Amino acid sequence: MPPLALYIHWPFCLAKCPYCDFNSHVRERIDAAGFIAALRAELAFEGARLGRRPLGSIFFGGGTPSLMAPADVAALIADARRVFAPRDDLEITLEANPTSVEAGKLADFRAAGVNRLSLGVQSLDPAALAFLGRRHSAGQAIAALESARRIFPRLSFDLIYARPGQTLPAWRAELRAALALAADHLSLYQLTIEPGTAFATAHARGEIVLPEGEEAAALYEATGAEAAGAGLLPYEVSNYARPGAESRHNLAYWRYGDYAGIGPGAHGRLTLRGEIVATRRHRAPEIWAERVGRFGHGSVAETPLSPLERGREMLLMGLRLAEGLDPAGFARRTGRPLAEAIDAEILRQAEAAGYLAWEGGRLVALPAGRLRLDALLAALCR
Amino acid sequence: MILADSGAESPYPSRMTDTALRHIRNFAIIAHIDHGKSTLADRLIEATGALSNREMTEQVLDTMEIERERGITIKAQTVRLSYKARDGETYALNLMDTPGHVDFAYEVSRSLAACEGSLLVVDASQGVEAQTLANVYQAIEAGHEIVPVLNKIDLPAAEPERVRRQIEDVIGLDTSDAVLISAKTGHNIAGVLEAIVTRLPPPQGDPEAPLKALLVDSWYDAYLGVVILVRVKDGRLARGQKIRMMATGAVHVIEQTGVFSPRMVAAADLGPGEIGYITAGIKTVADCRIGDTITEDRRPAEAPLPGFKPSVPVVWCGLYPVDADDFEKLRESLGRLRLNDASFHYEPETSAALGFGFRCGFLGLLHLEIVQERLAREFGLDLIATAPSVVYRIHRTNGQVADLHNPADMPDGSVIDKIEEPWIKATIMVPDEYLGAVLHLCNERRGQQVDLTYVGNRAMAVYRLPLNEVVFDFYDRLKSVSRGYASFDYQMDGYAESDLVRISILVNAEPVDALAFIAHRSAAETRGRAICQRLKDLIPKQLFKIAIQAAIGGRVIARETIGALAKDVTAKCYGGDISRKRKLLEKQKEGKKRMRQFGKVEIPQSAFLAALKTG
Repeated sequence: MPPLALYIHWPFCLAKCPYCDFNSHVRERIDAAGFIAALRAELAFEGARLGRRPLGSIFFGGGTPSLMAPADVAALIADARRVFAPRDDLEITLEANPTSVEAGKLADFRAAGVNRLSLGVQSLDPAALAFLGRRHSAGQAIAALESARRIFPRLSFDLIYARPGQTLPAWRAELRAALALAADHLSLYQLTIEPGTAFATAHARGEIVLPEGEEAAALYEATGAEAAGAGLLPYEVSNYARPGAESRHNLAYWRYGDYAGIGPGAHGRLTLRGEIVATRRHRAPEIWAERVGRFGHGSVAETPLSPLERGREMLLMGLRLAEGLDPAGFARRTGRPLAEAIDAEILRQAEAAGYLAWEGGRLVALPAGRLRLDALLAALCR
Repeated sequence: MILADSGAESPYPSRMTDTALRHIRNFAIIAHIDHGKSTLADRLIEATGALSNREMTEQVLDTMEIERERGITIKAQTVRLSYKARDGETYALNLMDTPGHVDFAYEVSRSLAACEGSLLVVDASQGVEAQTLANVYQAIEAGHEIVPVLNKIDLPAAEPERVRRQIEDVIGLDTSDAVLISAKTGHNIAGVLEAIVTRLPPPQGDPEAPLKALLVDSWYDAYLGVVILVRVKDGRLARGQKIRMMATGAVHVIEQTGVFSPRMVAAADLGPGEIGYITAGIKTVADCRIGDTITEDRRPAEAPLPGFKPSVPVVWCGLYPVDADDFEKLRESLGRLRLNDASFHYEPETSAALGFGFRCGFLGLLHLEIVQERLAREFGLDLIATAPSVVYRIHRTNGQVADLHNPADMPDGSVIDKIEEPWIKATIMVPDEYLGAVLHLCNERRGQQVDLTYVGNRAMAVYRLPLNEVVFDFYDRLKSVSRGYASFDYQMDGYAESDLVRISILVNAEPVDALAFIAHRSAAETRGRAICQRLKDLIPKQLFKIAIQAAIGGRVIARETIGALAKDVTAKCYGGDISRKRKLLEKQKEGKKRMRQFGKVEIPQSAFLAALKTG
């Protein structure tokens, strides 16, 4: 079994971004000590039931985990190292925003043990940053990137493109500027409208119109070409890295490995007693903390997955990766042969259309297939 | 639900035979939609006190529960008014409300046959319309005395003199003593009532002769069974009497007789000249043919009344449940509708594209719409209707002749000697300025001009047209080229041989049976191209590209390609998203069940419906 991945969710933000549907909350005062204690309790809970399994990665996500005190991050890392069996190359990622307050803490996070920083830059265009509701300037983002590059051995940042009115040349220019600043990893997301967000309301009113269809496809293809030009390859739909610099933590999701998720709203997939169990924590931070106090964990659902469900999950994650799926690994992990999990006729058509291919014995979604992966999966999955 | 009142509360004597023939007037009102028929009927009911003010609501005949229960305008209905005329005598006036649409021309003719006269109501600001014309000719044919009534004379735009002249020119009626009224304000309603008494003839008939009663209409009542609307010509109808339907030979015993006031009021019997109802424990209206003659079983009449015609559907289409699980419910609902509407037919049908459904026959397009609407509204059914088809007559090379009302059933061209299609004679009235466009439309639809006359600034075009061309969006086009000013009416006008072909629609090389249609060879390519283009616009891009073709036999006459969708992938997908993403996938798979499968292509219900609607 591949090593465990550990996800730690810090649910608080200074402000809610209008596009974000992650489990994030804005509070005037936060009982940080209480929440850290609850996270440590959950870590202990997972350790107790999983045993000292090899640990490959830790990921502090949010919310805005860079709002945490570096000492608290250090404490959680120390707990994880004690509870599990950390691998020598343990990857520890923290998501951070490039505001001045957070940027000032970067060295302390490095000292706490974080060895990979993921900066939420989102754009280098001032107007776009305002539209996206970000609290930092382009200048701050560049400054934060430069200091992070000195501090952390590994660095990634996010950009959001295919924004309303964004032209292909404008995006190319912005992306080139970003690639010049990039280290070894970039997450490049097309803006999507998620239900329940401020953008969803504006979109429903027709105030936001996104590039769609051919236009969105052209932006996506240009993104891949520019990134490749800078030596970053699309190892996943929206993630680009120099070979070897991929996010090992996120690869655990896409390769459908075991991951423990702690903190409000965190999800996990854990092999327990021969089954794959989907775990889900209560989303509301206060209720979650209260439950951890009472039960030792804030889990609200622990659902064993059927081979059918496992197969679907592994397919929908695995085909996002450039490396695709290995049929033997698929059958081992899901309990279902790959040939049974997919529609043979759709596979045949998809191969003919250049969407899917067998490469070195692995089923791979080619770039044209990855571009249409949702529709492809809906047809392909049985 | 309206139950028969007891005789005691009735304003009428219990023995209707007390009403001498000379004290009866039976009349219909002929009017174009919105020319004021319902309002005039209300005023007449009001003026004669048939309903108290408390009971009086706007447009009684249109909104009475019994009418709603029976569905809109399909059925005739009647109201008996008691009127004390200026001559001091009291008259029974039977107002026959006829269905007002071309689809029900035969039903209208039977309602008119139950009367001796008609009021021709014309909007004094609008003038005569095509539908009025068709009905007034029917009334003339039925031997009616006709009293022209000019309505809405209170409107500033009223031009009674122009409309008088128009009626004289177009219909040839003397309008010197036309009654000028405003049904809305109630102006001169008394004049109408007097005209009915003094200018319309009383009915004739022999109370001692063998029974002859015209079956005007019938409907199903959950409590009483079938209620039959009758007009007695000779003899009497009375409770306990054994009657025989002359066309079907069915024998029943009368349970109740009565009249409408407008509520059902029981009466001991119905004599010559009277219009009323009977019930006889009949379970379905299919046993009661409109226009049939009811006679006494013991002493039957020698010959039935003239004019009976069995009802024959002229337009057919397939009806399928959107949700295949609703098939049984659809069967049951069709059965229940037919209890009350014998003019529509249905038989089970299977389509590769649509699954199990029914092939249904209707008197016309409006009838089709009404039935569809009732199935949706009253039975909560979500339906797919295939494009309407007329009834073609196929002559095979082996001499066999058969009717064809489903394009999918068209035999191979090699076994067909010839095909005949039904034609209609259409009357279109249109303001001058749109005439050119209307004539162009008629010619484009293979029309043959029979007559073209002008009345003032309105033109009346009479055309022979293939019915096939009319069911194909003719109404919509007519409305659009005339900005809604053209009025249209038609009657069936026989069959004629024609060069017809079946056009198949293929999606990724597989024919979609539900989209096949029959057209004249000259229109095949245009129409095939139009439907391919429409499908291209309606079908959203999918994972794989889709080829859409129209073909006659093996020859492709039009093609379109829908390219693959350009991009459809979730940008962000991490640990927490797996469950959500899987559930979304599962929902999508569930949604696919509501797609229609065409070969290997799934088409959303909405796109398919839209393709059929305009097809």
